Amino acid sequence: MDDAAARSTQSFRIETAVGSPRATAVAVLIILLALMLLPTFAGRNLIQDLIFLFYMLALAQCWNLLAGYAGLISVGQQAFVGLGGYLLFALTLIAGLNPLLAILLAGLVSALIALPTALIVFRLRGAYFAIGTWVVAEVYRLVFAQVKPLGGGTGTSLTPSVTSSVPGIEWVKTLLDVRAPAARDIVSYWVALALLAGTLAAVYFILRSRRGLALGAIRDHEAAAAGLGVDIYRIKLAVYVATAAMTGMIGALIYLQKARISPDAAFSVLDWTAYVIFIVVIGGIGTMEGPVIGAIVFYLLQRYLADFGASYLILLGTLGIVIMLFAPRGLWGLVADRYDLTLFPTRRRLIIRDREDG
Amino acid sequence: MLLEVAGLKKSFGSIVVADDLDLVVAPGEAVGIIGPNGAGKTTLFNLIAGGLAPTAGYFRFDGRDFTGVPLQGRCRAGIGRTHQIPQPFEKLTVFENLLVGAVYGRRKTEAAVAQSCGEILERLGLLKRANTLAGSLTLLERKRLEMARALATAPKLLLLDEIAGGLTEGECSELVATIREIRQTGVAILWIEHVVHALLAVIDRLVVLNFGRKIADGVPKQVMQLPEVHQIYMGIEA
Repeated sequence: MDDAAARSTQSFRIETAVGSPRATAVAVLIILLALMLLPTFAGRNLIQDLIFLFYMLALAQCWNLLAGYAGLISVGQQAFVGLGGYLLFALTLIAGLNPLLAILLAGLVSALIALPTALIVFRLRGAYFAIGTWVVAEVYRLVFAQVKPLGGGTGTSLTPSVTSSVPGIEWVKTLLDVRAPAARDIVSYWVALALLAGTLAAVYFILRSRRGLALGAIRDHEAAAAGLGVDIYRIKLAVYVATAAMTGMIGALIYLQKARISPDAAFSVLDWTAYVIFIVVIGGIGTMEGPVIGAIVFYLLQRYLADFGASYLILLGTLGIVIMLFAPRGLWGLVADRYDLTLFPTRRRLIIRDREDG
Repeated sequence: MLLEVAGLKKSFGSIVVADDLDLVVAPGEAVGIIGPNGAGKTTLFNLIAGGLAPTAGYFRFDGRDFTGVPLQGRCRAGIGRTHQIPQPFEKLTVFENLLVGAVYGRRKTEAAVAQSCGEILERLGLLKRANTLAGSLTLLERKRLEMARALATAPKLLLLDEIAGGLTEGECSELVATIREIRQTGVAILWIEHVVHALLAVIDRLVVLNFGRKIADGVPKQVMQLPEVHQIYMGIEA
């Protein structure tokens, strides 16, 4: 095809769209800074709510990358939330490590364990894969229920010496003049913010890289992507391991904040997978914006309706079904269709320019 | 030989869809395949470029045994294909569709392939649609995109599966002109087609399949004269 170059009178180049990179960077920094400074004037309730919102959104971004892009419909991500949580407890209570270091190590170990897990569940396809991941999570739960030093089936709590050993708590106490429990929340809030920002950045840069091109192709038509040279297995494996690492770190943070763990709670399919799927589906699967919208909607529902108990769950289910039926691309899909909006631009545009000498 | 298929057999249970097939394609050659519905034409493509594993026999591409090579390896080695029913990445733009093929099929960076992707889009008349979503294309445009995307992988052999079906006379002759241009760049072509006159305008050699067997292989005009070919095509093509 090289002779075509001589024939064409136009030159082409690629632009991965960000309207004005500098303005975007400034906006992102301002938002981050505002969120970082929020605890100086926000009440403790809001801070706790935001921690919840941040980790649910981070989990949703992970599941969206996994299911929405790589086509790996896992209903067993609670395996890595629970694993991360238990690793935090083991590393701090037994090994005596600093909780922040334990969160990082929890991510690393989750990735290492995800690798052999993937070799098993990747032998399954479609619905079998979904069920397989769930079974794996149950196996993890049963295994941790046998670990006596971590409380076995009834679970255990973090000692006050561990929860107060997170760096920065003393500093926050004196600086903001708050009591120890509030200071702990503020530090957890910052860690949650950092993990969320890290997850968003990681997912965004994956999607902008050449891997993202392949993931978009796999999302739309897996067989066609393979026929064009995309190594489907390798990319899926990479996504599975990377999301396991992120999910493990988020799980560690969740249980640092909760300070109490039990196998049933840590490996709960409802809390760590069903809600997360709900967030992604109502927001819009296969986009980065969808989980953001979904997490906010879920947070508001949870905040104002959770007191209704069973009716609340029935409402969640109904809402999920209605959106799947009438807006299969989620709430973000409704907006994006109308206004051609994007918060996380990953489009590659072809820029055409006439050649001077043409 | 660029492509050598020898003794290829494929059966689904008791249904034999490829029966002892032999086929060769030389570098730069254009070979047409015709045959009634269910003759095993698309199956042959799926054996060569798809994930389908043969029951017996083998095929070599560029001198290498390719029977067990995974899909992505076949593409990277230089086999490009289009599908009878176009399979665009609907939520990617037309340009991004090509990028997938160019980046992964040729193992290059996005920036390095932008120019050639633009040229392929220009050649196939899709340049104006470059930055629109592939999901919003018409059928004709989708067929062009199939071909553009296959070309983006820089194939040595291009497999075309009923690309002229459903096109108007004018669109068809445009397509024939495009395929002739592609040929001139040295790409070998293996083309399944029911629209025989479009096929005859391009190919050097014609192969006829029936019930998974090759019943003729030779100079197109002579093959079309054969009584058994006439018999099969009575009522299908004038």
